Amino acid sequence: MKLTLRVWRQRNADAEGAMSTYQVDGISSDMSFLEMLDTLNEELILKGEDPVAFDHDCREGICGACSLVINGDAHGPERTTTCQLHMRSFEDGDTIDIEPWRASAFPVVKDLVVDRSAFDRIIQAGGYITAPTGAAPEAHATAVPKPDADFAFEHAECIGCGACVAACPNGAAMLFTSAKVNHLNVLPQGAPERETRVLDMVAQMDDEGFGGCTLAGECATACPKGIPLVSITAMNKEWLRATRKVAKR
Amino acid sequence: MALEYADFTTGEPVTDTKSPTGPINERWDTRRFEAKLVNPANRRKHTVIVVGTGLAGGSAGATLAEQGYHVVQFCYQDSPRRAHSIAAQGGINAAKNYRNDGDSVHRLFYDTVKGGDFRARESNVHRLAQISVEIIDQCVAQGVPFAREYGGLLDTRSFGGVQVSRTFYARGQTGQQLLLGAYQALSRQIAAGNIEMHPRTEMLDLIVIDGKARGIVARDLISGCIDTYFADAVVLASGGYGNVFYLSTNAMNSNATAVWRAHRRGALFANPCFTQIHPTCIPRTGDHQSKLTLMSESLRNDGRIWVPKATGDQRPPNQIPEDERDYYLERIYPSFGNLVPRDIASRAAKNVCDEGRGVGPGGQGVYLDFADAIGRLGRKAVEEKYGNLFDMYARITAEDPYTVPMRIYPAVHYTMGGLWVDYDLQTTIPGLFAIGEANFSDHGANRLGASALMQGLADGYFVLPATINDYLARHPGHEDITAEHPVVQEVLAETEDRINLLLAVDGDRTPDSFHRELGELMWEFCGMARTDSGLRKALERIPQIREEFWRRIKVPGTGEEFNQSLEKANRIVDYLELAELMCLDALNRAESCGGHFREESQTPDGEAARRDEEFSYAAAWEFTGTGSSPVLHKEDLVFEYVHPTQRSYA
Amino acid sequence: MARTVWDSSVGKKTVMAVSGLIMLLYLVVHMIGNLKIFFGAGEFNHYAHWLRTVGESFMHYEWTLWLIRIVLVVAVVAHAVSAYQLSRRDIKARPSKYVHRKPRATYATRTMRWGGIILALFIVWHILDLTTGTVHSGGFQEGHPYQNVVDTFSTWYGDTIYIVAMLALGLHVRHGFWSAAQTLGAGSRSRDRALKTIANVLALLLTAGFIAVPVGVMTGVVS
Repeated sequence: MKLTLRVWRQRNADAEGAMSTYQVDGISSDMSFLEMLDTLNEELILKGEDPVAFDHDCREGICGACSLVINGDAHGPERTTTCQLHMRSFEDGDTIDIEPWRASAFPVVKDLVVDRSAFDRIIQAGGYITAPTGAAPEAHATAVPKPDADFAFEHAECIGCGACVAACPNGAAMLFTSAKVNHLNVLPQGAPERETRVLDMVAQMDDEGFGGCTLAGECATACPKGIPLVSITAMNKEWLRATRKVAKR
Repeated sequence: MALEYADFTTGEPVTDTKSPTGPINERWDTRRFEAKLVNPANRRKHTVIVVGTGLAGGSAGATLAEQGYHVVQFCYQDSPRRAHSIAAQGGINAAKNYRNDGDSVHRLFYDTVKGGDFRARESNVHRLAQISVEIIDQCVAQGVPFAREYGGLLDTRSFGGVQVSRTFYARGQTGQQLLLGAYQALSRQIAAGNIEMHPRTEMLDLIVIDGKARGIVARDLISGCIDTYFADAVVLASGGYGNVFYLSTNAMNSNATAVWRAHRRGALFANPCFTQIHPTCIPRTGDHQSKLTLMSESLRNDGRIWVPKATGDQRPPNQIPEDERDYYLERIYPSFGNLVPRDIASRAAKNVCDEGRGVGPGGQGVYLDFADAIGRLGRKAVEEKYGNLFDMYARITAEDPYTVPMRIYPAVHYTMGGLWVDYDLQTTIPGLFAIGEANFSDHGANRLGASALMQGLADGYFVLPATINDYLARHPGHEDITAEHPVVQEVLAETEDRINLLLAVDGDRTPDSFHRELGELMWEFCGMARTDSGLRKALERIPQIREEFWRRIKVPGTGEEFNQSLEKANRIVDYLELAELMCLDALNRAESCGGHFREESQTPDGEAARRDEEFSYAAAWEFTGTGSSPVLHKEDLVFEYVHPTQRSYA
Repeated sequence: MARTVWDSSVGKKTVMAVSGLIMLLYLVVHMIGNLKIFFGAGEFNHYAHWLRTVGESFMHYEWTLWLIRIVLVVAVVAHAVSAYQLSRRDIKARPSKYVHRKPRATYATRTMRWGGIILALFIVWHILDLTTGTVHSGGFQEGHPYQNVVDTFSTWYGDTIYIVAMLALGLHVRHGFWSAAQTLGAGSRSRDRALKTIANVLALLLTAGFIAVPVGVMTGVVS
């Protein structure tokens, strides 16, 4: 396959960026999208040019590092991560636009690499269960109904890639935040911090400069792990419940 | 047969002085009791550096901070949540015996020692089995969503190499869920101000002052700024070195720099040749391949592995009649069948492919067939159990595993070798600890499935936080060091020189081209089957590649910016040295054991033949300089509870 | 608690949802009342008068009406201020657009903002036209709403403004009702279809019910 790539190039956080055009040839349809970029970078290095910087690590769809907007879609045309996208999803002769996640809470570091540390701070604000090592009761002391366990798991699958924010017209982080809130709040182990968790995480999310939710649904469409839009509804419910409960205290 | 190889010398034996003697089930209690404690009020005066945020590093950082220590932690990823432990799929072992199927701490201990082909230290393995039980409790308390049964209790499944159901799991994402548990605990401590977290910062060297580990040199990957960090103890939790092979199931950026730099500063490196080749990976499709993807071993619970009986059979799998298929694992190992340990399953796949019976492009693959399971359990049940793995396979190969058998082939997956540590997980440099895959301690020559997660968390949550106290209590008054200290200046200068040199060569080959070349060499000569002559060839070739590397490497850009090519090249420098030691260790170990298969040492029916009288030791290597002869220190392995037998899974 | 709600993006959405539902409830009643116009001037004018005397004996003349007006004004202001502030936040959170633009399913979002503005302008006109009579075409007669309505819808622009606004209202209610349910945590996977159906039916009924009046005037059914 022969392709034309238009790639966002930006030297560093402070520099101006622009799209640059590259041609790549000899691309196999079995290649992953990132292997196609590897090919481009090998050529650029030999030509003495700066290779395209992009985040990637596990390349099996679980670490959440890869983060490209391909032809306007976060992670490209398939519902998966960029690393699991294969070139068979494209046609010979295609022009492909590759851009970084865009959101003011995710400033560009270089080229296609963005800073997603805002997500870490949302988790730090309350996305945990306080269980210091050694203090745990026997695992079978509390049974968890299977539907609750499955619900928790479904939300715990979030890989923190940020595609939800990238796809959201408002740059909102509601789907990410709700995934963690719902994972922990449904479990009996998460009950003692149920109210503070959702209130603190939502407050941190707002402080990081993410947008608000207009329920456009783009986030859930882009999510490679299929976190559903109703996850946000469930978090709203938790938030209202917590606000009422805390007000009563 | 004594080995004639001039390129190393044998030094004094190395011994583990920390492991208590006495009944094995009391040793861990004894050690914890004998270890000195640090007064809780004094803990915040101690700084501990933790490198890595995977299962071992994440759990250690969180636990040390909970105890009151000041933790300074590093990871090269943009977030501690992305450490490669996240990719572990299958599960985590624990001797809970919830199934009442005869499991016990002793059986897990026994299985692990046997599975490791009697090359692990009994004391450590027994402790691991004891702690396994606490890990599950800890993780459940953190909210890790393990699979549950309808009654609300935890579900378990069986895993390769054992006959009990002791593996706890969270669909095919157990590593992810456990890691997020540790990451969340870590996050809580970061928010509390007890951990100073440095993401996108890579350790490049170790600072050893007066014989003790006192800090590290690290590079901020965004600004390129190289800085020094000081502490009272340094914990390496930087993972394994499987990426020496270029193609492996490791993450692209997983690397050996932290452990190798520590080795260069004096820490012994043990059993570097013990690498695990995982039998169920998706075969490669071409030269562009950048990494290999693992399919959880749990697939072998229901999938049947086969190849055509005839060589060169090109028919599509569904046109090959039942009696022309060779379900070779079930044939050779009737009692374990498709569930034999990883090393055995991998080697068997290699053998049938070498016979010309491999399937798929290049004949480098075998079938993993779910037709029977789908017939027996129904498609829905299979989907429930393995749906995400099937989806992943379909995405990568564009084949539907529900109708066409999967093709699998072994790939480098895990390294059992690593920095030599004593019972306290301390390396031979006082104050330097190594935990998780970065150390060598618990798996011997082969790791059982679902045991890596167990070991990482055991080390991080329970072992290290108990043992590091002893070191810190015995070294209470570390003098403060500053960046002006001559040793610090020297280490910093060396690091900067290396970076500058990499940038200055301006040759005509990319970092990846060297990495790939080294990887292919290692896979051919130090992969699934190793020979004396092959290893000698590799040992001859590696220094040549190294020399060529320093002549022809091309790294664009500068050191004062985000420069992924520079990161890569700098890691390859270390692979090029480590690879040599791996081959040397493999050459020295003229026996077959676990994942290390020397063709010269096999039973008449082609199984690995151990040679206990000569090789019942851990080989701990001392660095003497790049390209110069290392010194071998042997740690004799004593088996008091599990008596070495030839492993049999027939 | 009020502080927590107002300071949070989720809280402001709650304010929008609650105020929106209050207005929606009012609109349903308003629409039903409007339909009385088809039963002649007497009945319609009588209804308009009744609005001012509801709850009498206890309430003074027009008190109830003013109470409703106050609630509505509070709802409108709360809805609009929240919408403005949230929109500001949203735009700030996504300052740069993607170079590769795609037709997106953000139709709902975009029509919500534009629709909201159209509706706000419409409300001003509507009050000036039929409540105060300030911009009324022809002679506005206090106490003769039937004639006033007929006057307004006898002009082309009166019809146009009204019909456009009511179409905007339909779209706004369609996404707004469902969205409010999500914000208030009432949505779920099993209830989603029902909520969407209710939203569609409400939107359709309101639009049709309101537009019936100008259509009635234009076709001469009401004169």
